[in-house]
Amino acid sequence: MFAALADPTRRRLIEHLGRGPAAVSELARPLPISLPAVVQHLQVLEGCGLVRSEKVGRVRTCRLEVTRLQTVQDWIDDRRRGWERRLDRLGEYLAADPAPGIQPAPETQPAPEITANPEPKGENR
Amino acid sequence: MSSAVHDTFAIERTYPAPIERVFAAWASIEAKSQWFGDDAEVESIDEHTLDFRVGGGEHLTAKAGGSVYEFDSRYYDIVENERMVWAYEMYVDGRRMSVSVGSVELTPVPGGTRLVMTEQGTYLDGLDTSEQRAAGTREFLESLARYLERTA
Repeated sequence: MFAALADPTRRRLIEHLGRGPAAVSELARPLPISLPAVVQHLQVLEGCGLVRSEKVGRVRTCRLEVTRLQTVQDWIDDRRRGWERRLDRLGEYLAADPAPGIQPAPETQPAPEITANPEPKGENR
Repeated sequence: MSSAVHDTFAIERTYPAPIERVFAAWASIEAKSQWFGDDAEVESIDEHTLDFRVGGGEHLTAKAGGSVYEFDSRYYDIVENERMVWAYEMYVDGRRMSVSVGSVELTPVPGGTRLVMTEQGTYLDGLDTSEQRAAGTREFLESLARYLERTA
């Protein structure tokens, strides 16, 4: 797969398909190479499963096979990062605004056994 | 073409604060609005309401990156100073993107409180147009490379 992506023309085709499905002729238009050469590059991408194509009438339309899955994965990663930031802010809130009547931690540095938080604070600020 | 993708993740934090304070930070709009929606990426929070009881819920509308995000939740279980369980939907520009069950469990530990937040999500399609197209080309290629590494 990485070999398929190593070629700059194939990367441009992937970039184009990253914006949505496109007909072979549309894909070829901005490229300085012949249509048969574009078809060959597309066949390499199809061969490794990065691209699927479908012929309807005389038009062959290509789409990126990983797009939707990747997008959902991005969304899930975003959700997780969002919660990580929120829980870090909760930590900042708890540290900055001790409630009345509750003893604050006696030292600035928390005890070693409770520093399990692996995320650096304020990284997104 | 429609589909749903399922995913569960858990995040753990330990805070040097008593369990009552950690719980209280979730239990009122005054406290929660101090940290919950205040993200660097968020341009504005247009609405935030919280009715912290079983059967009650939370609603948040925010703008980020040119899109309107809506968060709508309902509490199913609340045990004071121990845990809370809610279900929620996320909308982006009016489209339902995910339906999730979230829970927070609190445990006292020496010198503080351990919090485990777990999210079980069902992520819906509808992302393949806006999100993907909004992503820059380089960003897209980088995420493609990450995907390929994961699936290699």
